[in-house]
Amino acid sequence: MIIRLAIAVVTAAVATAQQDAWGQGLEADLSSHLIAIPTDFTGTDVVLFGAIAEPGDVAVVVQGPPEQVVVRRKSQVAGIWMNRADMTFGNVPSFYRVATTRAIETFADERLLELEGIGLDYLRLEPVDAGDASAEEIATFRDALVRTKQRDELYAVDTGQVSFRQALLFRTTVSFPANVPTGQYLIRVFLIRDGRIVTAQTTPLLVSKIGVGSLVFAFAQDHAAAYGLAAIIVAVLAGWLASMAFRRG
Amino acid sequence: MQVYLPIAELSVNAFLILVMGGTVGFLSGLFGVGGGFLMTPLLIFVGIPPTVAVGTQANQLVAASVSGVMAHWRRGNVDVKMGTVMLAGSAVGTVIGVWIFSVLQRLGQIDLVISLCYVFFLGVIGSLMLVESLRAMFRRGRSGTGRGKLHKHNALQGLPFKMRFHKSRLYISALLPLSVGFLGGLLVAIMGIGGGFILVPAMIYLLGMPASSVAGTSLYQIIFTTAIATFLHAYTTQTVDAFLALLLLAGGVFGAQFGTRAAGTLKGEHSRALLAALVLMVGLKLAFDLVTPPVDLFSIDVAASGQ
Repeated sequence: MIIRLAIAVVTAAVATAQQDAWGQGLEADLSSHLIAIPTDFTGTDVVLFGAIAEPGDVAVVVQGPPEQVVVRRKSQVAGIWMNRADMTFGNVPSFYRVATTRAIETFADERLLELEGIGLDYLRLEPVDAGDASAEEIATFRDALVRTKQRDELYAVDTGQVSFRQALLFRTTVSFPANVPTGQYLIRVFLIRDGRIVTAQTTPLLVSKIGVGSLVFAFAQDHAAAYGLAAIIVAVLAGWLASMAFRRG
Repeated sequence: MQVYLPIAELSVNAFLILVMGGTVGFLSGLFGVGGGFLMTPLLIFVGIPPTVAVGTQANQLVAASVSGVMAHWRRGNVDVKMGTVMLAGSAVGTVIGVWIFSVLQRLGQIDLVISLCYVFFLGVIGSLMLVESLRAMFRRGRSGTGRGKLHKHNALQGLPFKMRFHKSRLYISALLPLSVGFLGGLLVAIMGIGGGFILVPAMIYLLGMPASSVAGTSLYQIIFTTAIATFLHAYTTQTVDAFLALLLLAGGVFGAQFGTRAAGTLKGEHSRALLAALVLMVGLKLAFDLVTPPVDLFSIDVAASGQ
């Protein structure tokens, strides 16, 4: 029921987002606007396809809901490696993936990339409170944040992964790993020509847990005390049952 | 078979978790310890976030200890009075431990403190047990058993508030089991362990309890301590993954039954020597990790969702 409602909301949002995009020469859509995470979820692919009215390069930017991230750096104290410095970044996309027709630097300049946040080097990530940290130090922590996210398969750049079927029909596959963060995603599609954005379109995507897993998660979040008690009771029963089973056998 | 864990928010191989649960359960039944000191590092190793590993492990230990204690109960190896006095101490320890845990988590030092605690306790307890059990084996090999006093007395047992524990045939200060319980409670909350590997030797050497009732009594006490920890972790940080706990206990409870049976075929000092070797190995591995330069000096923590 909740999921149906979510789909309805998403569909309505899609309709609004897509209005008059075609008039500007770009039309894109997803094979699905909902990624449902069932109990046996191992990751999934979503196909984004579309058409452009005139030749150019296409960049697809997928961004997950924002979060606040603490980046910590270890250093050695008396032979032991421990966290000694940290920097908090705000408004960090929990998931960030870019797919393009070619290497982004070949069809767009730095200013445009920075303005729109296209590409890992141009994504705006700033500390909440830089304090007296030097620009280099901030850059080091920022790089570490991006590096870790890449290692977790949450950040990626897929150069050349937007392919043309015919001259003006394109498609790309966006992969979501098993650890994909849940929430409201935003997918931006850009048509870029002569170093300028000809047109852009925004499409939402919802990543949500379904089935028993989502019920358990909601129960744990909304009724934490009851969940704790239930967990204890289940454990006691399971232990007792096992012991009984073995006694007879 | 991959299973998605709703609280940990990732997929794991269900078979792997079952085998891990079974193996650790067997050892826990064999030695009368909860096995948390093995399971928590294992869970973290397969990619479960440390906080979820600790919270879920507490939940799993409830089931493992219930299952384990039943076998000891039938044989009359549980000193309920002793266990209950220890429990009073451990309840306080657990509450304080969960609070310390959340403070350290905010400071980004929880992983370090967990590792240091492991290295310290595993190292000290493991060495003491190894030396003692080897000495006992050696003695027995040479001259059979010299049965002397029922148990040794130490100065601590003479503290005020003396209490009689019929089952263990002890007349000692209640402060002693209270403090042992308090320490156990702290460890449950901070290290995600039942604390058996500390409680068992403390009960033998500090309280002077007879070896026969130590395993059952520590398990009895651990049921309640881990239940309190489960509740507090679920309530304050929502880090108890019921799916993961059920998988672990499915493997764990069966393993524990076989372990308890196998325990009957092992001599006390042999069992203690094996446990000591295992404890030392885990301790050494963690010590090694602390001084090895990390692959990446940086790590990240999601502090909050949204902004």
